[in-house]
This record gives sequence, structure tokens and C-alpha cells, in this order.
Amino acid sequence: MAKNAWPAADKRDLIGERISRLDGPVKATGHAKYAYDMNRPGMLYVRLVWAPYGAAKIQSIDTSAAKAIKGVAGVWNEMNEGDEIVHAGQIVATVAATSEEIAQEAWRAVKVAYEVKQPQMNDTVLENADEKEQRDEIPDAATVDKAYADAEVKIDGHYGLAPITHCCMEAHGQFAEMKDGDQYIWPSTQNVSAYAAGLTDAAGLPASQIHVDCQYMGGGFGSKFSSDQWGAICSRISKETGKPVKLMLERDQELMVAGARPSAFANVKAGATKDGKITVFDSTCWGSGGMGTSRGLGVPYVFGNVPNIRRVARNVRTNRGSQRAWRAPGHPQACLVTMAALDDLAAAANMDALEFFLKNLDLTERPDVYREELQIAADMIGYKEKAHLRGDSGDGPVKRGLGISIHMWGGGGHKSECNCTINPDGSVSVALGTQDLGTGTRTVVGIVTAETLGLPLKRVQVNIGKDQYPPSGASGGSTTVGGVSSSSRDAATNALNMLLEKVAPSLGVPVDQLEAWDGKIQVIGDPSKSVTWEKACSMLGQIPITGKGSKPTSDGTELDNSGVGGVQMADVSVDTETGRVTINEFVAVQDCGLIIDLKTAESQVYGAMIMGVTYALYEEAIYDPITGRMLNADMEFYRLAGLADVGTLKVHMMTGPGYDERGVIGLGEPPVISPGAAISNAVANACGVRVPTLPLTPDRVIAALEQGGKLA
Amino acid sequence: MPTHDKPEEHSGLSRRGFLKTVGAGTVAGGLVRESGGAATVAAQGPEVAGPAAIPLKLSINGNTHSLNVEPRVTLLDALRNYLDLTGSKKVCDRGTCGACTVLLDGKPVYSCTLLAVEAQGHKITTIEGLGSPEELSAMQSAFVEHDAQQCGFCTPGFVVACTAFVKDHPNATLEEVRAGLGGNLCRCGTYHGITEAVLQVAKGGA
Repeated sequence: MAKNAWPAADKRDLIGERISRLDGPVKATGHAKYAYDMNRPGMLYVRLVWAPYGAAKIQSIDTSAAKAIKGVAGVWNEMNEGDEIVHAGQIVATVAATSEEIAQEAWRAVKVAYEVKQPQMNDTVLENADEKEQRDEIPDAATVDKAYADAEVKIDGHYGLAPITHCCMEAHGQFAEMKDGDQYIWPSTQNVSAYAAGLTDAAGLPASQIHVDCQYMGGGFGSKFSSDQWGAICSRISKETGKPVKLMLERDQELMVAGARPSAFANVKAGATKDGKITVFDSTCWGSGGMGTSRGLGVPYVFGNVPNIRRVARNVRTNRGSQRAWRAPGHPQACLVTMAALDDLAAAANMDALEFFLKNLDLTERPDVYREELQIAADMIGYKEKAHLRGDSGDGPVKRGLGISIHMWGGGGHKSECNCTINPDGSVSVALGTQDLGTGTRTVVGIVTAETLGLPLKRVQVNIGKDQYPPSGASGGSTTVGGVSSSSRDAATNALNMLLEKVAPSLGVPVDQLEAWDGKIQVIGDPSKSVTWEKACSMLGQIPITGKGSKPTSDGTELDNSGVGGVQMADVSVDTETGRVTINEFVAVQDCGLIIDLKTAESQVYGAMIMGVTYALYEEAIYDPITGRMLNADMEFYRLAGLADVGTLKVHMMTGPGYDERGVIGLGEPPVISPGAAISNAVANACGVRVPTLPLTPDRVIAALEQGGKLA
Repeated sequence: MPTHDKPEEHSGLSRRGFLKTVGAGTVAGGLVRESGGAATVAAQGPEVAGPAAIPLKLSINGNTHSLNVEPRVTLLDALRNYLDLTGSKKVCDRGTCGACTVLLDGKPVYSCTLLAVEAQGHKITTIEGLGSPEELSAMQSAFVEHDAQQCGFCTPGFVVACTAFVKDHPNATLEEVRAGLGGNLCRCGTYHGITEAVLQVAKGGA
């Protein structure tokens, strides 16, 4: 009888190896079809007319000229005269046409008149916060005040992160078509199983008649959980016209309304003993999620057991589109505020930052893990050889420095159901309604199934991305790998046990003495008493068997876990004449329990580090205070890091005893949390002054040097 | 209260407007010869084509494709919307991100900033012309091996750009790779794998 528990290290043939993703070849050849790539004869192209003001009232919408254009299939008002605009990018009207060119022409022909109002765009000052939206945690004000007053070393710092946008390479949107009264949807989504539920009203159909298929999607990062207003519009037009319809956001609207990580700002008073033991962390945080509410920050981050903590949190409402979950919501912000303040405290104590962090690890939940990871990261980056106290970086205009940050995340698996089918001809398929965002989910499911059945990976047909398969959770919060590895292990184990029942009589042993290994069903540890996989499956007769699996698993075995820690260190150069920051080396050490595919796991970390360099140095959604419109809603001025900007990256995954037996834990969020803090600390170490707000653009670096830099 | 119309696109000048004003002498000059009866004659100056659809012949991946498109249609839109060659992606749509990269006579170009009419008479190679899932090119194979892709949306453009880069820099160093492949962007963060893949394919790479 095969068991659900993960196999021991010597019984793993695939799990934990470096395995190329299953969909690598179709992606590398351009054969992978995304929602954006759907084409059908007679397809309509939709374009959305959006409000160019952050605050306004619609005076009139004139669609007559647009409707008169040949090839225009329809123009719809999505808002009406007198309606209020509360952020730029709001959808006012929709045009559909037989070609992309005609849709653009019609889009331009729609005339909307606005009464323009003054938007509230400034989130950088605490005075703009809404007093009603506060979440203060003040256990004992007098004690905190006294701890700060008594601290032998103290800082009073300001830190911040500008708002950024998700900037998915594939814009949000979907393709829809009607067939035999049902609607078929190809979306770009992180949430296949729940997607149809958002379209029932718009399509005028029950969810059972809406069929979702998303095999590939061009990036989500937390912004593609729902079908959104544009998905509903696409479904509605398809139902109304009976035509295939493609609606993908234009790049400017994508950046303005389809992604937003809230800004965060903080004033921090922190104190320590003169030998570097943290005694107090007193913070006032504010930020803006546009028309959404910023949730406040969990600071001090990671060092949650600092003795005296006060948190004052405020929300600033601005006329920007609502925030969306951006990888590890709230964590990169909390991490920057905390790690920068603590790094400043170390500098104030004239202490080496690594020594300071090591000294305070007892204030974290996972001191042993962080200690081991800090030591590994220090070795990888050559900390001993390169380290110097803040600002002590020699002559010349280019200063070099090191920065440290540590982070945490949960990452337990979401609910998931899975079917594993073994056919009499020996073929195997596994089906579940999950999605692969590019993280390698498809490959993970294949590896777990193949490992469980003792087969090569290529023998398993992995079916994901459709809502006709057993439902699986949305891919967010690093919950996917724990969910789908549990459900697919459970399903494959249950299918295998059904097969073993059939095979046991021919080998003359009880079922619990059989195992699947190396393409055979054999007596445990004895390949001489075996039958081939094909022979075994032929004993099924004519009917395939399907094992059902789930997370939580059918027998209650916990195959996933939650709670990880990671460490990152950056080595940067700062040109104090130009303000330009260059990444020399950047290292990450990360645990995530049992790793299913080491190759794609490492890719997650490399990718997160690169995304982190981007928000640390370049990314900022800049809004016009007068019109409320995003000024850099394109990819020239909304800058992503390029291949030359990221320096030399090194990744170390914590594996083996102490980690593997914890079970599978998600990895999408943790490594993207620390980059901003590690790089900010490295810049401070290099040039001797804290550049308070991310991104660390040349103008901000120069301004900080002018105001406080010893080396300017 | 003042009223405001919906603003023009960023530049205030659409591609079509550009073709009408500037392109009449430069771009359209070449296409008039092939556009036959569909071409119209401007009141003054050289002949211009359009705005109605005109017949085009494009040489793509070794095959000649005939299609009727308006002269304002970009090469990228012609490939994706009229020929269903969807490997080339539209992301920034203004020559920044490189997801639409194709080869024109062997040189990498952004197909979003090239009109289809301009591409006539040139040999166009798209990602579909470099290999197939069953028969990967050396670069595609290296992308798979080094996991130089995540969501995969920027990948075709990168594969095309990297293929051209290695052809021009058969002994590329790390520094040359970093300097030479700045014309493509990725959001998932696959640059580490891409760098490894390119260095593997480049003979004698570090």
C-alpha cells in the first residue's frame, strides 16, 4: 500500500532534481497560445474609452461619429452623463470593430466632455491621511516613550516606497466566443477555477455554461485574480453580438488601472543599547492604495519580538486606481521600513550591520534559520573582505557598499482537488483546475505524479488550466505549489493503490508489500519480483482507474507546510557625482521546505531578485497632480530593469535535513520582499547617507547626499 | 467650467497620421509601385497609398504571403492579426520592450515600429521560423535548459534577439551579452537564465 507521505531522499528519483519545465519548448518557439493570441474569423476587437482625469464629472458622451464608421460593430456607454470619475483610466465607453485599426479609429471618434475637478494625488505627506481610516496599536504609550528616551543609541528616520504598477507583459483581458449557446473564455488569469463566477451576470449564463481555458498567461504577480470589468464587457459583447470577441487592455490603461502596489511611508523612532540590542520600535506609517485602502504595515517586520512597539497607521485616499495584490502584499514595504531603520540604528551604534542583525535574531521567530542563512549569504558575497562601516568607503566619487535584509512568509497550500487516471494501456493523465503563471506549476504536478507512480516525467500527461477539471485555488500568496503537490500526490497515491490491488495476486504478496519504482510494480526493495508498468496496467481490463486527491489530503497526511525565512545581501556602487546606483553582486539564500523542482525554484528566486532590483532602482508610477493622469504610462518612462542592470546574481536554496521533511512550501512571494531593503542598505553603506525613498533614482540619491552626505 | 475632449495618444500623432504627413514621400514611395490600382494620387507631390487596403506580398520564414491590409498596419499587426503568426508579441507597442522582435534580412527589428508595407521585398524571419517544439534551434534548446523563461510572453522576442546577437557575436563575452541584449525587457526576471543560455550558445563564451 503506497503512502501519501513524501518519499525519503534515497527514494526520490525526480523530486528535488533540476528539471526543465514541461512547457519550455512551446514557449521558446512561440507556439504557446495566450489569450492575446486568440484569432477567429469574424472576431471583433474591443477598445475601451477611458477617463483622462483623476476627478471629473461626465458632461456628455457622443458616440455618433464612432458608430458611423464602417466596420464598427457597436459602441456602448459604460458610464453616463453626470457620473463622477474618481480615478484616471475609468472605463467610460466601449467600441467593438472588425479590425484593430477600425477599433482604434472608433475609439478616437468617441467624444466625451468632462467637468474637471481637482484630484487629490499627494500621498507623501501624513497630513493628507484620512483620520477615519486608522489602525493604531499602542499598547502602552508611556512605556514606549520612556524606552526611546532611555535608549543609548537612537534614530529618528523617514522611509518610503513610491507606488508601482504590475506591468504584466501580457495585458489584462480575455477572448470570448459563443458555441451552441455556451460561452467559451480564454482569459489571462491567476484563478482559472473561479473565473467564470465573475461573468455570469454579464454573459447572462449560469457558470455551468461558461467554460474557461487558460493554458498560458503572460504574468500576473497578484493583479489577475478576477475577471474584472473588462472581462465582463468582453463576455457581454460576445453574448450580445454572437461573435468571437477579443478585449485586451492597451498598455497605458494596463499600467494605470490593472496594477498598483500601494505606496508606503513611515516615520520611525528606534532605539538600542550601545552594544546593539534593539529596545524600541515606534512607527507612524501611511500610504495610499488609490481608491482602495492601504492596510498599514506590520512593523517591525521579522523582528516582531522587540520589547517596546508602537504602530500608528493611516490611509491616504488618492484619485488613483485601486490597489491590487502585488507579490507579498505589504511585506516589501514593511521590510524596507524595518530593515532600513535597523540598519540606520546599527550605523548609529557604529556597528557592523551583519553583527547587529545576528545579535538581534532572538527577536525573530526563526533565529536558527536566519543565522545559518546569514552566514551562507555572507560567504557567497565575500562579506568579510568587502564589509566596512557606513560611509567608510574610500576616496573617489564612486563608493561601494554592502546591504543586508531578511524576510519571512507563510506559503501553506491552498485547497485543491485532482484526478489521476491510469489507463489499461499504461498511459497516465492528471487533471486539476490550476494555472501555471510561469512559476512551473504544470511541471510540479507532472513531477509529483511521475515520482509517485515510478515513471519517467514524459509518461505523464498533465492537464491544467480548464475549469472543467477538479477545482484548485487561485495562484496567490505562494499557496499553489503546496496545494497542487498535495492534491496530485494524494490522487496519484490513491490511483496507484487501486492498481496495486489488481496486481498483488499475480505477485503473491499483500498490497502493502508492493511499490512503484523505475517503471515497474515490484515487491518493496526486490526488483526480481516485479511486473512492468504496462503489464500491471493491462490487468485493469478495459476500464481505466481514477484516483481522487485533494488538499487537505484524503487521509489527512499533511504534505505542505508554512513559514519560511530568507536572507539577501547586495553589493552596490554609487556614483556620488551622478547619483547612479549600480548592482555589482546580489545574493539570496532561501528556504521553502521540500523543493519539487530545483531548477524552477531557483528561477523564482532569480526572478524575484530582478523584479526587486527594478522596484529598488527604477519603478515608480508618476501621477500628474493637476489632471490626475499617470504621466509615465508606457514602458519607456515606466522603467523596468534590463539585462545589463541586474549585476551578478547568486541563489542558494536551503535543502536537505531540517528543511526537506517540513513538506512543500510556496516560493512566489518570499524572495521578492527583501531586495528593496538590501539595496537601500547597501547604498547607505556606500555613500554614508540614507536615501529615504524607493526607487533610488539619481535625483533622490543626489538630494540625499546634498542634505546629509558626508561625502557629497 | 471648462470642458475637455478626450486627449490624443501620447505623441499626438497616430501612425496613420504619420504616414499621411511624413510617409508620403518616404514610406509610400516604395509601395506605390506594388500597390497598383489601390493607390491614390495626392493632389500634389508623390503618390500615396491607402487609406483603403492594398495588396501586399511578404516573405516570411521562406514562404510568400499575400494579404490585403491598410498601409497603416504595422508588420507586427500584419503577422498577428492577418496571418495568425502570434509568436511575436505586442507588449509596449512603441519600440521599447522587444517582445515583437523579428529578423529583417537577418537583422533584429521591432516589428511594432515597422509598417508591413515597408517590410516588402525583405526576408522576414519570425520566432516560428527558427524552430518548432519538436525541433528546437540551439538557442531555443538553451533557453529550455537554462530555464530562461517563466510566463514566456517576452521569450519569443528574446529568442529572436539572442539568435541574431550570437550570429554577430559568435565569441560573446558576459560584458558583450549585457551590452548587446538591452533592447528586450522581461517582467518575471529571466535575465539570469537568458545570459547563461546565450553564453552557452556563443562559442568560447565565458
